Amino acid sequence: MFRRKKKDRQERLEQGLERTRAGFFGRVKRLVRGKDTVDETTLDALEEVLITSDVGVRTTLDIISRIQARVRRDRYLDADELTSLIRDEIARLLHGQRHRDFDAPLKGHPHVILVVGVNGVGKTTTIGKMAYHYRQAGRSVVVGAADTFRAAAIEQLEVWTQRADATLIKQRRGSDPASVAFDTVQSAIARRADVVLIDTAGRLHTRSGLMDELGKIRRIIGRKLPDAPHEVLLVLDASIGQNAIRQAEEFSQSVNVTGLVITKLDGTAKGGVIIGISNELQIPVQYIGVGEGLDDLQVFDAQRYVAALSV
Amino acid sequence: MFDSLTSKLEGALKSLSGQGRITEINVAETMGEVRRALLEADVNYQVARSFTNRVHDKALGEEVLRSVAPGQQLVKIVYDELVALLGGTNQEIKFRPPPPTVILVAGLQGSGKTTFCGKLALYLMGQGRAPLLVAADVYRPAAVQQLRMLGNEVGVATHSVTDEFGAIVQDAPRVARESVVAARKSARDVVIIDTAGRMHVDSAMMEEVIAIKRAVKPSEILFVVDSMTGQDAVRTAKAFNRRLDFSGVVLTKLDGDTRGGAALSIRSVVKKPIKYASTGEKLSQLSAFHPDRMARRILGMGDVVTLVEKVQKQVDARQAKAMRRKIRKNQFNFQDLLVQLQHLRSIGSLSDMMSLVPGQRKGTDNPEQEEASLRRMESIILSMTIEERRKPQIITASRRRRIARGSGVKVRDVNDVLKQLRMVRAMMKSALRMRRGGQQVGIQQLMQMVR
Repeated sequence: MFRRKKKDRQERLEQGLERTRAGFFGRVKRLVRGKDTVDETTLDALEEVLITSDVGVRTTLDIISRIQARVRRDRYLDADELTSLIRDEIARLLHGQRHRDFDAPLKGHPHVILVVGVNGVGKTTTIGKMAYHYRQAGRSVVVGAADTFRAAAIEQLEVWTQRADATLIKQRRGSDPASVAFDTVQSAIARRADVVLIDTAGRLHTRSGLMDELGKIRRIIGRKLPDAPHEVLLVLDASIGQNAIRQAEEFSQSVNVTGLVITKLDGTAKGGVIIGISNELQIPVQYIGVGEGLDDLQVFDAQRYVAALSV
Repeated sequence: MFDSLTSKLEGALKSLSGQGRITEINVAETMGEVRRALLEADVNYQVARSFTNRVHDKALGEEVLRSVAPGQQLVKIVYDELVALLGGTNQEIKFRPPPPTVILVAGLQGSGKTTFCGKLALYLMGQGRAPLLVAADVYRPAAVQQLRMLGNEVGVATHSVTDEFGAIVQDAPRVARESVVAARKSARDVVIIDTAGRMHVDSAMMEEVIAIKRAVKPSEILFVVDSMTGQDAVRTAKAFNRRLDFSGVVLTKLDGDTRGGAALSIRSVVKKPIKYASTGEKLSQLSAFHPDRMARRILGMGDVVTLVEKVQKQVDARQAKAMRRKIRKNQFNFQDLLVQLQHLRSIGSLSDMMSLVPGQRKGTDNPEQEEASLRRMESIILSMTIEERRKPQIITASRRRRIARGSGVKVRDVNDVLKQLRMVRAMMKSALRMRRGGQQVGIQQLMQMVR
C-alpha cells in the first residue's frame, strides 16, 4: 500500500519535471539531431537555447567555448557525441551531490532551517511543503512565523501547518521577527522537536536595513542553540532571470546561504536557470518545487536531471 | 558583474575615435557588446537580436559629432531607440462614464498582484477617486485576508463573499459581478479586482479570469509582472495577452537592482503600454512608468546618463544655433513651436518648471489650467499639416475650420494660436537682441505668451 503511494508520487514528480525536460533538453536534442559535424550555425543555435533558458550569458559562453575547443580537436562530432558532450558540461556545472532525503539523519536536534528570499518567490509555501515531508518521514516539526510584516502571512502559514500537521509558533503581526525566531527555537527545544522551520518576510536584497534584520535573526537563533541555524535556504522563483545571482550574493553575505530552493519550476518549461546559478554561485540546489500540491517538493538530483538528455 | 557598457565600448573603439562616420566595423563590434548588455539585463533573445539589428542599420553612416567617440554616439543612439521602444510617453488608467470604472488585475503567482491592488487604491484615492477592492482570489490561503488588511491600511472597503458558514465563496466571477453592484450602491467610482495567480499559465486559471472579464466587462485589464523575470517573460505575457487582451502592464519590485529587461521584451512583443512601476513595500510607492529611467536601467549604467547628456549638449548647441538663425530671419514656425512645447513636457510638469523660473510666479496658482492650455495649443498644431506648420501664412479660413474640427476646438482658438505665433516671433527676436547666446530662447517667453 505504502509502496504504491510512493510510486504515484514519483510519477507525479516526473510529470512535473517533464515540461522542463521537454522544454530545455528537448530543444537541445532537436538541435543536434542528425548532425554529423558541429559548425557555427549549430553553436549559434545552442547559444540561443541556453540564453533563452536563462542559463546566463557568462555560463553560456563558458559552455560554448569548451565545446568549441573540443570541436577544434576532433573535427567530426556526430549528434550522439555532441549530446553527451553537452550533458557532461551541464553535469559538471551542476557539480551536485544529491541533498539528503527527508528521513536521513539530521545535523542538529532540533535541526534548525532558516528560509529566506525576496518577495513572492514562495517561501511560505515551501515551508508548508517541507513541514509536510518531514512529518511524513515521522519527524516532529515546529514552524516559526517570523514573517510578521506581510499582510496575512501568519494566517497563510497557519493553513499550511494545519495541513502538514506541524506546530506553529507565532506572535502578533508587526512584532519583532527575531523574537519570534527565538521563541520558536526555545519551544522546539522544550518539545524535543526534530525539525524547526523559520519563515521570514520577503525582502529585496538591496534593502540593507532588512538584510541586517536577517543577520540579527540568525544571530539570535545561534544564541539559543549553538551551531544553529544548520541550514539557510534561499528560495528562488524559477522564472527569475540574471538577478538571481545578485540575490544569492547578497543573501549569502548577510546569512551565509547553504542551499537553494527553486520554486515554480514546472511553470517555466526550461529550468536552465539551475545551471547558471550552480555555476556562478557554487551553492547547491537542494530542492525544486514542481507543482502546487503539498508533496510537490522534490530533492534535487543533478544526475537524474541531466539523464533526460540521454539519447 | 555588470561591467559598464560604456567603458567596454570605449575600450573596443579607442583606435577608431576621431573617425568622422559610424562605419560597418565599429557598428558590428559595438552591437555585439550592446546585445550582451541586453541579454544580461534579461531582454528576450529575439528582441535583443532584432533591436541590435535595427540600431545597426540606423547607425550606419550616421555622422559622428566632434569630440565624441563613435562608440559613445552609438550608445546614445541605442538609448534613444530604447526609450522610444519602451513607449515614449506614459499612459495611465482611462476613466469612462458611467462609473464605476472596473479594473481587472491579473498575473502569475508571486508577481505582486495583491500588493499592487492596495497601492493602486491609495494612488487613485490621491486623485480623488473612491475605490472598492475586490478579493476575487478565492483560492490562495489567506489571500482574502491579505487584501482586506491592505484595504484597512489605505482606508478602502474590501468586497468579498462568504456563505452562511463564513467560508469564502469560491466563485470568482460571482464575487466580481456582485462587487460592481455593491460599488454602484455605495457610490464608489473605481472597482479594483484582484484575481488568483497560478504558478504558470494554465487553462483553468485563464478560463476563470476570462469568466470574470465576461462577467464585469472591465474598462482596464492590467497584467502584473515581476521585473526580475527572465527570458520567460515574453511567453507569459503573450499567453495572457492572447487570452485576455490586456490594456496595460504593471512592473513590480523595481526597487531591487534588477535591470528589468523583461519590460522591453514585453513591450516590444505584445505592444501594450507599461502603465505603472511599483517599488518598495510602502503602499505609497507606486508611480507612473518612465521609459527613460527604464532605458538607463536596462543598459545598466549611470554613466550613460552623463554620456547621453554630453552628446545631447552638442545636439542642443547645434539646434540652438539653428534656432537663433531662424528667429533672426523671422522663420520661427509652428514646427519649432511644437518642438519647444514637447521639450517643455519632457522636462516635467509645467508647475514644477514654473517654480524654478524666477519672477514667473504670476499665474501659477492654476497649474492645471496652464497645462490644459498648453495641451490645447499642442493639439491644434498637431492638427495642421506639416506644410502648414512650416508656412503658417498659407493657413486660410477653410484650413482654419479644418484644423478646428481636427483638434476639437473653435475656429477662434485656432486664430488665437496663429496670433500667439506672431507674438512669439516678435518677442523672441527682441529677446535675442537683448541676450545673445541664450540657449533656452523661447521657453520662458513662450509661457508668457500662452498665458
